[in-house]
Amino acid sequence: MSESMNSKPEGRREFLKTSAVVAGVTLGPGVLFYGVAQSRAPEEGASSANRWGMLIDTTKCGDGCDDCVTACNTENGLSGHTGPQDSQWIRKVDIKDLRTGYVQSLPMMCQHCENAPCVDVCPTGASMKREDGIVLVDRHSCIGCRYCMMACPYKARSFVHEPLTDQNPEVPRGKGCVESCTFCVQRVDRGEQPACVEACEAKGHKAMIFGDLRDPESEVSKVLKSTDSVEVRADLALNTGVRYQGI
Amino acid sequence: MARLANWLRLAALLGAAAMLAAPAFEAAAGVDLPKLEKGKGDKCVEDTDFMRRNHMELLKHQRNDTLRKGIRTTRHSLKGCVECHAGAKSGSVAASKEDFCVACHSFAGAKLDCWDCHATKPGKRSVHQAAQPAASPLMPTSGGAK
Repeated sequence: MSESMNSKPEGRREFLKTSAVVAGVTLGPGVLFYGVAQSRAPEEGASSANRWGMLIDTTKCGDGCDDCVTACNTENGLSGHTGPQDSQWIRKVDIKDLRTGYVQSLPMMCQHCENAPCVDVCPTGASMKREDGIVLVDRHSCIGCRYCMMACPYKARSFVHEPLTDQNPEVPRGKGCVESCTFCVQRVDRGEQPACVEACEAKGHKAMIFGDLRDPESEVSKVLKSTDSVEVRADLALNTGVRYQGI
Repeated sequence: MARLANWLRLAALLGAAAMLAAPAFEAAAGVDLPKLEKGKGDKCVEDTDFMRRNHMELLKHQRNDTLRKGIRTTRHSLKGCVECHAGAKSGSVAASKEDFCVACHSFAGAKLDCWDCHATKPGKRSVHQAAQPAASPLMPTSGGAK
């Protein structure tokens, strides 16, 4: 009896000692791995060490160019129609200064707010923000109430009214759910840029820079640090992930 | 009276046992079980018996991990199921009554709405390619976003 009484705490101490050693070993390679990784492994989830964001330079955005919109439609399987019941994840918007007549053209989409109103109002928790700041709709729990569409100051969300077929396997979409720009999360997760940014770059405009706002070495962070940029509707204090330059 | 009730209970139990064992006695049961096409590859990611009962749990777990946490492992991904089990004729898991998912689900009378949103045919990019991180233009170690 006394033997077993004595052996127990010892066993526990041993266990703690060995587990400490194991933790040290795994921590070592873990840290090393993080240092050399090109992009995160599939089993690694989105992390709050990143915050994905975008800077859009409206002075570089081509008037009449809608390559970003077309690329988005192709990547995400949208019809490209612009009727009141069609999904638009990114739109080209022309703004005109009425006093001077100066017209600017810029892409507008989900701004991936830190304090997203759509996430706030969602009654089922379907509207959600990932650890890395990407705002998504979980269609598995979306009931299609469209409250988030009302709440969004940027009119960034669409509702799917009709049954869909032949979806892109990487971008499931269906009738009865709200949807919006995902920053092409399927591409970001494998270390690529969103389709719109790639298209803008291919066109030679380079009006969109995408990257990690938490990484001071990323291009987007560097440009943001050295140039003046604004949030659209900054008065709402949403801390948007998308910022604009030149408006 | 009590004895009769006991007999009835025993008979019911035997009946239930027979129902459970039905797949093993296909011919004897006299029910046309769904004929499923064999998927690609040697074997499924889990045992067939386990998958019959638990595939929905695996898929539910995976969907939450992938969508909400951004974990993109491929072992239990729905896209992986589609890639292996798409029918030879239709190229889909749910286009006709013979296709893998529909065959069983119509037999079991369980409605499935996965295919309202998810693609029923494999995409151009295989599930393994999709999960494979490319040399990333997003990470500073490879020169930053250009």
